[in-house]
Amino acid sequence: MREYGPGLEVFMNYKMVVYILGWILKIESVLLLVPCLTALIYRESAGWFFLLAAGLALVLGFAMTIRKPKNTRVYAREGFVVVALAWLVMSLVGAIPFTLCGDIPSYLDAVFETVSGFTTTGSSVLPAVENLNHCSLIWRSFTHWVGGMGIFVFMLAVVPLLGGSTFNLLKAESPGPVVGKFVPRIRDTAAILYGIYIAITVVECALLTIFGMPFFEAACHTFGTVGTGGFGVKNDSYMSYSPALQNITTFFMIACGINFQFYFYILAKKFKQAVKMTEVRAYICIIVAAIAVITINLRGYYGTFEETLRHAAFQVGTIITTTGYATTDFDLWPTLSKNILVTLMIIGACAGSTGGGMKIQRLVISIKTIKKELDNIIHPRYVKKIQFDGQSVAHETVRSTNVFVAIYFMIFMGTVLLISVDGQDFTTTFTAVAATLNNIGPGLAAVGPTCNFAFFSPFSKCVLIFNMLAGRLELFPVLLLMSPASWKKYN
Amino acid sequence: MRVIIVGCGKVGYNIATQLCNEGYDVTVIDRNGDRLQNIASSYDVLAMEGDGTSYNTLQEAGIEYADLLIAVTDSDERNLLCCLIGSRAANVKTIARVRNPIYSSEVDFLMKGFGIAMIINPEMAAANEIARIFRFPSAISIETFAKGHVELLTFRLGAGSVLAGRQLSYIRSTLGCDVLVCVVKRGNQVFIPSGTFVAEAGDIMSIIASQGQANDFLRRIGIISNRIGNVLIVGGGTITYYLARKLIEDGIGVKIIEKDRARCETLSDLLPRAEIIEGDGTNEELLMEEGLEDVSGFTALTGIDEQNIMLGLFAQAKSRNNTKVVTKIAKITFTSVIDSLNLGSVVNPKDITADYILQFVRSMQASEGSDMENLYKLANKEVEVLEFVIRDRTRVAGIPIQNLHMKKNILIGKIYRQGKLITPSGSDTLEAGDSVVVVAFRKERLKSIDDILE
Repeated sequence: MREYGPGLEVFMNYKMVVYILGWILKIESVLLLVPCLTALIYRESAGWFFLLAAGLALVLGFAMTIRKPKNTRVYAREGFVVVALAWLVMSLVGAIPFTLCGDIPSYLDAVFETVSGFTTTGSSVLPAVENLNHCSLIWRSFTHWVGGMGIFVFMLAVVPLLGGSTFNLLKAESPGPVVGKFVPRIRDTAAILYGIYIAITVVECALLTIFGMPFFEAACHTFGTVGTGGFGVKNDSYMSYSPALQNITTFFMIACGINFQFYFYILAKKFKQAVKMTEVRAYICIIVAAIAVITINLRGYYGTFEETLRHAAFQVGTIITTTGYATTDFDLWPTLSKNILVTLMIIGACAGSTGGGMKIQRLVISIKTIKKELDNIIHPRYVKKIQFDGQSVAHETVRSTNVFVAIYFMIFMGTVLLISVDGQDFTTTFTAVAATLNNIGPGLAAVGPTCNFAFFSPFSKCVLIFNMLAGRLELFPVLLLMSPASWKKYN
Repeated sequence: MRVIIVGCGKVGYNIATQLCNEGYDVTVIDRNGDRLQNIASSYDVLAMEGDGTSYNTLQEAGIEYADLLIAVTDSDERNLLCCLIGSRAANVKTIARVRNPIYSSEVDFLMKGFGIAMIINPEMAAANEIARIFRFPSAISIETFAKGHVELLTFRLGAGSVLAGRQLSYIRSTLGCDVLVCVVKRGNQVFIPSGTFVAEAGDIMSIIASQGQANDFLRRIGIISNRIGNVLIVGGGTITYYLARKLIEDGIGVKIIEKDRARCETLSDLLPRAEIIEGDGTNEELLMEEGLEDVSGFTALTGIDEQNIMLGLFAQAKSRNNTKVVTKIAKITFTSVIDSLNLGSVVNPKDITADYILQFVRSMQASEGSDMENLYKLANKEVEVLEFVIRDRTRVAGIPIQNLHMKKNILIGKIYRQGKLITPSGSDTLEAGDSVVVVAFRKERLKSIDDILE
């Protein structure tokens, strides 16, 4: 129920939308200092353009937050719309330095690259990554890190902003059908999430450095891994790194695809609840099964069993968590293995993780709904509540999960049709959509791990940009942004 | 401080949102998911669906880390059970809402036996509030500070008052009253006035004064403060019973109009000294016949808000000698509309319950290091009147008030020091152990006494 204030503001709270966007720009200007510092260290002149973008974001941000609106209510409508808008604005601003410094001359390409970064997709339009400036490389990877956990989660943790109704922001940005808080305060919840996130980042970066990766590359790859993004610094992704480095990365990719609630339970010493999490169990089972089948299927492709297992594990990890690195060109694998990977693309990681895709939790709920429906046909009077983690799932959650799955496949088919205008073969078209909508990065055939997205027409690139944003924000915010009803004064 | 609230009805909702705004960590448990959805989407609280009388649920809500458990479901027994389980499960203070009159005489036993820190009975709380209003009929509302030694009184300045059209400094210089006008509400405007502020007829004023002086002051400015001799009550529910009992104790005549024959007989059993009339209280003729025009107090306590509002308006219109009217409103929430009606004092049992519990929580917080002892909101909640306890480590202690760099629009009302009341002047100081009453706009968000400084 809404509380109608004195102004009876039942329509969109535009002032608040602008105010929140202003804060996002301010935060982005601070984040843009990371490439600036890198440029300082490597003495690259391109750093000036990043500083310019940071300045621009700061000025705009301050202009938009001069006056705090009187009515600070953020209803679900404002929450969803502002999150979708913020991701778009962030990407538009973040793309400016790429074009200015000449690393990505076309602005549309730069936007594609930045959206791909923030949404932790990792699809690139760049044929030769190694020619980029260091500051561009670190910014590409850093956007993964920010986008992985989410900019609003970060904002809620650091900016003592709005008081009451910020939960709608968290809800709109966090992946998964049910978004819960760990502790009563949103701010504390956000801080815990980022605490865990930073801890994982530091550990991985240290391990990679210890096992022989140069620090700069280790930092870029760590950002790409924990955010489950997939931008690297080399054209051949992970192929030329040592087995130890590949295994470390496999472990951390899979670790970041786990629901962060799991880590919170462990921190709170609630081990029983942690191991009981249905979603984490299903996730591990799927991974183990996929690795086993692919390893068997790949007999004879690689020299040793160790190598086969390592490649199988890395590729399964990278695809199910929607990261998108590659240690081998899996486009050359047998059909069964390739199709397992495509299936994993769609399933995706756990809800409440940094990964994308449809999410294990939705898969489990959908399967249980199907079973319930079948039982209902056999026993028309059968009463059964769908259970998850030992608790009944609210009817609303089941409904929105089903709707999500429906919309997901509609968008999937719709965008496949739109991209088909370019005239690529079926595998390319299909996996390009799968790779962007699920925030993975590489697909198969012409968009395989050794290729890139540069050849698509500008129109197709726009469609894919939409897919990436829709995928990361889980469809609803982006659809609401485009729905006229959200902007009407009265509904 | 961490608070768990079981039951998210109106009272639970009020407490949760208020505590959340004051910076407590609040977890709300309810069996109804919709209510939780409602509160979780607009306030920063943790909402859990479940049964608050289950040990597992309480544990999941983090009872072992909680400082306070508040049980305000609609069932007395569940509230008591919840508190019992809570206090056995962890070292936590508990508050239960218990409304059945059977338990009302057994409160002490229940508190001791169940380990409950506070038992609140909404009907009794409302009755006490109404009785307090009847004891002081000139005021719209009365609150107390410093353990009852300081009163905060709100009243409407009539056209005939000598104060109308004069500066407020007139109160001290000419009338010689030691009274501080802390808030003036004029139409939609709210002022924290200084001595040069000119009062107008129709202003709604809040004053801070010691107990005796408030009465004296009201008499001198020409607001008659008749003692109430008899009260007409419409509706014979539980509040009526508690109220009548209390009024009769104070020697006030009570007449009750109740529709239901059986209830009338019960009331007559319970209250032998009250005059019980069987009849429809909404019948105009009956009311006139029973002397509505001549009673000095009237209160509408039926179970239907709309009826109470009509009765309140009717009584205000018909009264011949300044009848004090109190209207009970339980559900209707259109505060601004209700404020604009001439209903006399409006009493809402659920708000009162929530306020009582909030007072308790604040004083509990006070004993644990925070210095806020009391908080009342005035003038559409725009102004807060707070009571702080001064502690050793505060930055304000020992400095003459005129040398403190205070924010604008903040008043220091009264200082209560070792049984004595001080009206502070510029050369007075705040000392450790004092209770001090401070008036400020809500937007200042005072949390501790140090917040009054720039």
